[in-house]
Amino acid sequence: MGAWKQKDLLGLEYLTKEQIEHILTTAESFKEVSTRGIKKVPALRGKTVVNLFYEPSTRTRVSFEIAAKRLSADVINIETETSSIRKGETLIDTGLNIQALKADIIVVRHNASGAAVMLARHVDISVINAGDGWHEHPTQALLDIFTLKQKLGRIEGLKISIVGDIAHSRVARSNIWGLTKLGAEVTVCAPKMLIPPAIEKMGVRVTDKIDNALQNADAINVLRMQFERDETTAFPKQLEYFKNFAITEERLKRAKKGIIVMHPGPINRGIEISSSVADGGQSVILEQVTNGIAVRMAVLFLVSQARR
Amino acid sequence: MQNNSKAQVMDAQAIENAIVRIAHEIVERNQSVEEVAIVGIRTRGEYLARRLSAILNRIAGIMPVQGVLDITLYRDDLMTADSQPVVHETDISFDVSVKHIVLVDDVLYTGRTIRAALDAFIDFGRPKSIQLAVLVDRGHRELPIRADYVGKNIPTSKAQAVKVRFREIDGTDEVLVLEKDIL
Repeated sequence: MGAWKQKDLLGLEYLTKEQIEHILTTAESFKEVSTRGIKKVPALRGKTVVNLFYEPSTRTRVSFEIAAKRLSADVINIETETSSIRKGETLIDTGLNIQALKADIIVVRHNASGAAVMLARHVDISVINAGDGWHEHPTQALLDIFTLKQKLGRIEGLKISIVGDIAHSRVARSNIWGLTKLGAEVTVCAPKMLIPPAIEKMGVRVTDKIDNALQNADAINVLRMQFERDETTAFPKQLEYFKNFAITEERLKRAKKGIIVMHPGPINRGIEISSSVADGGQSVILEQVTNGIAVRMAVLFLVSQARR
Repeated sequence: MQNNSKAQVMDAQAIENAIVRIAHEIVERNQSVEEVAIVGIRTRGEYLARRLSAILNRIAGIMPVQGVLDITLYRDDLMTADSQPVVHETDISFDVSVKHIVLVDDVLYTGRTIRAALDAFIDFGRPKSIQLAVLVDRGHRELPIRADYVGKNIPTSKAQAVKVRFREIDGTDEVLVLEKDIL
């Protein structure tokens, strides 16, 4: 691995296998920092990180904020409800203003696919995509992959199933890019109407039967059913979804022994996952949250180190 | 930059002798090896620390507690260094407040690595004391730092480079002084 050259992290689509592995290795080193009595290192002292969130988010924003603070960066949170964005300022103008304030890194969450890529084209400072529309959520996929690697020791050759609203999921898309680049076999599972056309071209298998997705899988990533996001889409009724697709103890009994259950959160108990599975021994949902800090520290560190 | 000549200043035997002598000095200076923790600074300090610990075990009958320190995140040239530093894991899995720490590194030069290591250590607590052991002291300090245990003092010019090679990662044990051609 040569020098890290990417000033931005916009999506796993744009990274090579080696670059993804470099982030994961760096994250392993950062995991130790959060176990110390004094959970802080001076690596980003004097740097300013701006969290620019156009969509509500608690865990991702807090995770980035904690990650930046553990690296000794200063963190500013811009909430769109109370900022000039309400007055109609464009994303690019906001970005240029943040740059003029001499911030070093913008962490952006936006409801439009491609927002982070567009912002990165217009500013010289680093841009980290914290989720853009249905496009990508690279740090979530990196922390999912990191957790899998910690649990199972490798990614290559693993069988991973992603269950849920694939069509509207940036988490699914980033996971597919990352996992397939690292040599995992990915299956996506959802009701037919929630599977995007031509998804097979991303190198995944497709099924609309949950038992097919569970069979032989080393891990299953259960997506949040975002009933709040788009009410115009013909979602199956929540109960019907639970009946046909939810990960329950009953279904896990038929899966591979030791299957790992992941979820990017926040979980809808009793919709896509039963409470007993979410809280059970095979669930790594809270470990994912902990690992998210190490992964985001690694990403913040690497983009700030980029040699251009 | 290109190396046009090199001179071996320590061979395997000289390195071994130096580590044995340092081990004896550590035993002499510290009342009890039980209270001593040997902490290597990555990369070559880690291997030196392992060897030093094994010799301490041989001569004092106690295997000292060991740790590994990666100082990358504490470097003062993190954003300006020519080569991009890679972060490695730090492993200090003991209570530092009850230990005399012996920091171990291969070469003492400007003292900036040791400054970073001291800063890193403070984040783990308050050790009883911190001592410094190096295989080679080549001079040219830029900070008020000195070593407590020195394998060999090697006067050098800043135009030279000192290269420590250990069999564990380099396949052979030797210390070289390299003349650098300045292009």
